[in-house]
Amino acid sequence: MTMKWRGWALATGVLAISAMAQAAPPTAAMLSNACAGCHGTNGGSAGPSMPSLAGQSKEAIVDAMKKFKSGARPATVMGRLAKGFSDADFVAMGEYFSKQKLHPTNQSLDAAKIAKGASLQEANCGRCHIEDGKEGKDDTPAMASQWLPYLQIQMADYLSGKRKMPEKMEEKVKPMSKQDLDALLHFYASVK
Amino acid sequence: MTLDRRNFIKLLGGASSLALAACAGTGGSFSGPTGGRRVVVVGGGYGGTIAAKYIRMMDSSIEVVLIERNDHFVSCPFSNLYIGGLMKDLSPLTIKYDKLTANHGVKVLQAEVTGIDAAKKVVMTSSGEVTYDRLVLSPGIDFRTEEIKGYDAKSTPETIPHAWKAGPQTVLLRKQLEAMPAGGTVVLSIPLAPFRCPPGPYERTSMIAMFLKQHKPKSKIIVLDANPDIVSKAGLFKKGWKKHYEGIIDYRPAKKVTEVNAGNKTVVIEGIEDVKGDVINLIPPQRAGQIAVAAGLVGPDKNWCPVNPTTFESTIHKSIHVIGDACVAGAMPKSGYSANSEAKACATNIVNAMNGKELIDFSGINTCYSFLSAKEAVEVTGVYKVDKAKNAIIAVPGSVGVSPDLSEIEAIYAESWLKNILTEMST
Ligand code: HEC
Ligand code: HEC
Repeated sequence: MTMKWRGWALATGVLAISAMAQAAPPTAAMLSNACAGCHGTNGGSAGPSMPSLAGQSKEAIVDAMKKFKSGARPATVMGRLAKGFSDADFVAMGEYFSKQKLHPTNQSLDAAKIAKGASLQEANCGRCHIEDGKEGKDDTPAMASQWLPYLQIQMADYLSGKRKMPEKMEEKVKPMSKQDLDALLHFYASVK
Repeated sequence: MTLDRRNFIKLLGGASSLALAACAGTGGSFSGPTGGRRVVVVGGGYGGTIAAKYIRMMDSSIEVVLIERNDHFVSCPFSNLYIGGLMKDLSPLTIKYDKLTANHGVKVLQAEVTGIDAAKKVVMTSSGEVTYDRLVLSPGIDFRTEEIKGYDAKSTPETIPHAWKAGPQTVLLRKQLEAMPAGGTVVLSIPLAPFRCPPGPYERTSMIAMFLKQHKPKSKIIVLDANPDIVSKAGLFKKGWKKHYEGIIDYRPAKKVTEVNAGNKTVVIEGIEDVKGDVINLIPPQRAGQIAVAAGLVGPDKNWCPVNPTTFESTIHKSIHVIGDACVAGAMPKSGYSANSEAKACATNIVNAMNGKELIDFSGINTCYSFLSAKEAVEVTGVYKVDKAKNAIIAVPGSVGVSPDLSEIEAIYAESWLKNILTEMST
């Protein structure tokens, strides 16, 4: 028994010291894999209220993480989680998820709303949500194929003032009816 | 930054040298030589499925054999919702392994593990021997039933369920609650921490109270907690209980159950105080899954497996990694999400070691959602990393915290969390 314990302590010490001295800091993949339990493998979400990160632009992810961390963007969990990472980590994770294949979601959407949204999007949102929402200008997030329930939660937060809209987006969004806005979200969710 | 090979071999028990050996064909049997590229994973739950999948995703030249006694897995997270009557059956909590094989080439062996020979690198199973280069154990927990007088490991749970491993036990507890007369008493006994899922017993309290409120007027639940206070999210649970279940929950801290009498449905606190119930849910104190104990992997506390915080390799036996509830992961709670994070870091470093690449420090996350009513949930989250000076996993300061209040939106996110994590494990 005593022998065993000595062996145990010895093993602990030896292994630990060598591992500590040699292991490299967490890579982008190590950091990002930990997010996948909530956001899905490689950022492709299977849960309709949880946003997909796969294919999202690096700039949009970094911008979102910084706003979560500072509290500028409201959140349930992301505000606290963002405090666990540095700006360099945000860039690493943003790059990692931006390189993952866009994850086409399979959701039931309203065809009439999609058509309505398609007719509205270019003139109202297309300046920043470019290429049918597949891309975003600067740090504007991509919305193509994003989960509708997630987009609806975000729009509700914008309209209630909980989440602050960019000024130029607000100019477009404010005059629109709830129905038209919902049609736009159906459209973006439908883009593959 | 490349690591010199000698140090590697010292650190990871020499498998990287085997990686250079020529690949020998193994055919259908797992008892022959491994070709130096075989990882065996024991346990198909939150940790094991992820370790198996991620090793294959990172390097498909490594053979992965996942050994699990059942052909399916039932999630403990969310099983309290079934007990509370919010789910028809356990199907939303059940996963199969076929897509891990189809999508990632994980070889699944349905068998009971009967022993491990760490020196020979062999796992003994009900379907024969399986040789490995590296072994990942994700065995979950077993119960220290010997600490409760009168508890028979086999027969007691048949009438006094623990329901702390999801499946038939979960169904039994719900059936007992349904059969209980109105005005009855449920007794829930919580062991001293650490145990699997720190907020779990308090979510269970909430779900049982919700069930009683709806279906069994004038019933109550007595909670006998061996701990001095609610172990996790105490403020939020107290708030929720006051809001929804005043007069239904009788919470009694520092009440350690030491004895059970299945015949007259009684538990005894510290050998002196009897508490009787119509339904008794006794969650016994816990330790690492039996196979890890039998293999001599538990540390000085005799309960949990000490591991290297970077590789999750056992500090007792080389080439055996222990993840999930069974291991000592520093500040990380024993949760499904922790196991998920640990599995990925362990997989990364096994693949790197086998390929002669440098090891990567652990970075992980924990998340636990708990429901307080049909529509309201709360969570705790945190980010974890290795502290080199302490040689242990610590919480990143400022990242750990709980929800500010009970919320409906958190319940909506929680449902998607379940969907995503179970999809991760099964596709
Ligand atoms: C506990 C589950 C959970 C974990 C773990 C998690 N997220 Fe999130 N994430 C959410 C939720 C929920 C939201 C919506 C905002 C909120 O309420 O916090 C979100 C939103 C986001 C968004 C905004 C997306 C958009 O298009 O608006 C980004 C970016 C993001 N998360 C990145 C990450 C990264 C990077 C990690 C890993 C470090 C991570 N998340 C880990 C649950 C999680
Ligand atoms: C002037 C540029 C601009 C215009 C015009 C614009 N947006 Fe945005 N949009 C942004 C930016 C930038 C963000 C991210 C800002 C933030 O941090 O909240 C955003 C975010 C969003 C989001 C949240 C997405 C997510 O993943 O969190 C939705 C939904 C959205 N916009 C809808 C619209 C709709 C609908 C229109 C047209 C009616 C529109 N936007 C017009 C720039 C714009």
